[in-house]
Amino acid sequence: MAVLEIKDLKKSFGKNEVLKGISFCVQKGQTVAIIGSSGSGKSTLLRCATNLEKADSGSIAYNGEYLVLDIDGQQKYAQKEELSKIRSNFGLVFQNFNLFPHLSVMQNIIEAPVNVKKMSKAEAEKKARELLSQMGLSDKENAYPCELSGGQQQRVAIARALALDPEVLFFDEPTSALDPELTGEVLAVIRKLADKNMTMVIVTHEMAFARDVASHVIFMDKGVIAEEGEPKEVFYNPKSQRLQDFLHSASL
Amino acid sequence: MFETVFKALMEGFGESLKIFALTLIGALPLGLIIAFGSMSKFSPLKYFTRAIVWIIRGTPLMLQLIIIFYGPGLILGTNIWGIGSKGRFIAVIVAFVLNYGCYFSEIYRGGIEGISQGQYEAGQVLGMNKGQIFFRIVLPQVFKRIIPPMSNEIITLVKDTSLARVIGVYELIHFGEAFIKSNGLIWPLFFTGVFYLVFSGILTLLFGYIEKKLNYYRV
Ligand SMILES: Nc1ncnc2c1ncn2[C@@H]1O[C@H](COP(=O)(O)OP(=O)(O)O)[C@@H](O)[C@H]1O
Ligand SMILES: [Mg+2]
Repeated sequence: MAVLEIKDLKKSFGKNEVLKGISFCVQKGQTVAIIGSSGSGKSTLLRCATNLEKADSGSIAYNGEYLVLDIDGQQKYAQKEELSKIRSNFGLVFQNFNLFPHLSVMQNIIEAPVNVKKMSKAEAEKKARELLSQMGLSDKENAYPCELSGGQQQRVAIARALALDPEVLFFDEPTSALDPELTGEVLAVIRKLADKNMTMVIVTHEMAFARDVASHVIFMDKGVIAEEGEPKEVFYNPKSQRLQDFLHSASL
Repeated sequence: MFETVFKALMEGFGESLKIFALTLIGALPLGLIIAFGSMSKFSPLKYFTRAIVWIIRGTPLMLQLIIIFYGPGLILGTNIWGIGSKGRFIAVIVAFVLNYGCYFSEIYRGGIEGISQGQYEAGQVLGMNKGQIFFRIVLPQVFKRIIPPMSNEIITLVKDTSLARVIGVYELIHFGEAFIKSNGLIWPLFFTGVFYLVFSGILTLLFGYIEKKLNYYRV
């Protein structure tokens, strides 16, 4: 069964139809890269998948359990316990990190495990230390976000998301807010997660990264999936004119 | 003589302090409730609340004191505050709490609206519920943001307590002024200023200390 299955997802803001029927599946262990020009609806797709935005129609299911189901044109969203269960399947890493500035690195990471998952503080801290060491931030657990570089903050945000053991982790342009010299350290961490078969959906403008790390690439254009496939196919043998133009302008 | 004056002024200061403390106790939580009203998605409530805040902030506290004290008697024909100094004191507290509640609400609102949407969303995708997001993520950050404007407002309150005398509630200045009539002494009135200075000085130091304590992070 697919970890994530999205079917015919549509979303408009007023008259602006941003998602015009998106369907795709993510299998366990896959790394899916979503590429496409700015305004094509990539963030909106991720925000619908993570329940930050409500879909107008279509369905979203995690491991066969529906976050939202389209019943005869009526959107039926999961409620309460069902919703929190489904929500525990996914995590999201934001473009601008959104760390909690008043909490230390350690407190940022254990906040949800302790208060949402009701994990013991000792257990949550143990896990946080393991994650921080994976992220190469073992010496930063008592630092505050304002004391960290952008790249370090984003790695803390990744650790914070991983602390809840999500089955699938979404990234919305995780390196776009970073200075060029800092993108590498974040991409390296994500690459390590891919090597460990973490299931991920990554919206990115880093074409070389998408090509090398993704197992599947989706090209979005004006609210639809214009082309998708294996990285080699998508990058070296693009079929549609739109993808050719996009890759040309992204100058890979 | 100094001892007599000092004792009298201490008594007056006690009254002023009571107004100050009770106003804070009432207005700090009331302000939060008003702030929620003025940010409500239910627009009649939002506009009603904002209209009240506009009226209270746009008119002098002295006028509000007079209207709140005399108004019910003139309109309803009965003095709802009860007779004597106790009734006047209650009216003063009601007027002060309402007035400062409105001022505080705007400070809270500014603080809450200054928290980025991303903070709420981060909490949401981590599975936190609305209460957890508000009390564990938003409020602590609001607290830090509002300390400087709150400290200004609270120091203004110290001095505003003197307005209570317009409806005959005896506070510090009243006690100081009394020496002019009884003994022909003017200096006790000036001396009341020392009380205000010392008290607002202490508050300034206190808020400075809190601000420094909260400097361990930046937003
Ligand atoms: N909350 C919103 N309200 C109105 N329009 C929005 C909102 N979010 C996104 N949009 C619009 O949806 C379109 C797609 O945006 P987005 O999903 O952010 O694209 P991308 O992430 O691919 O750059 C844009 O035209 C944007 O203006
Ligand atoms: Mg985007």
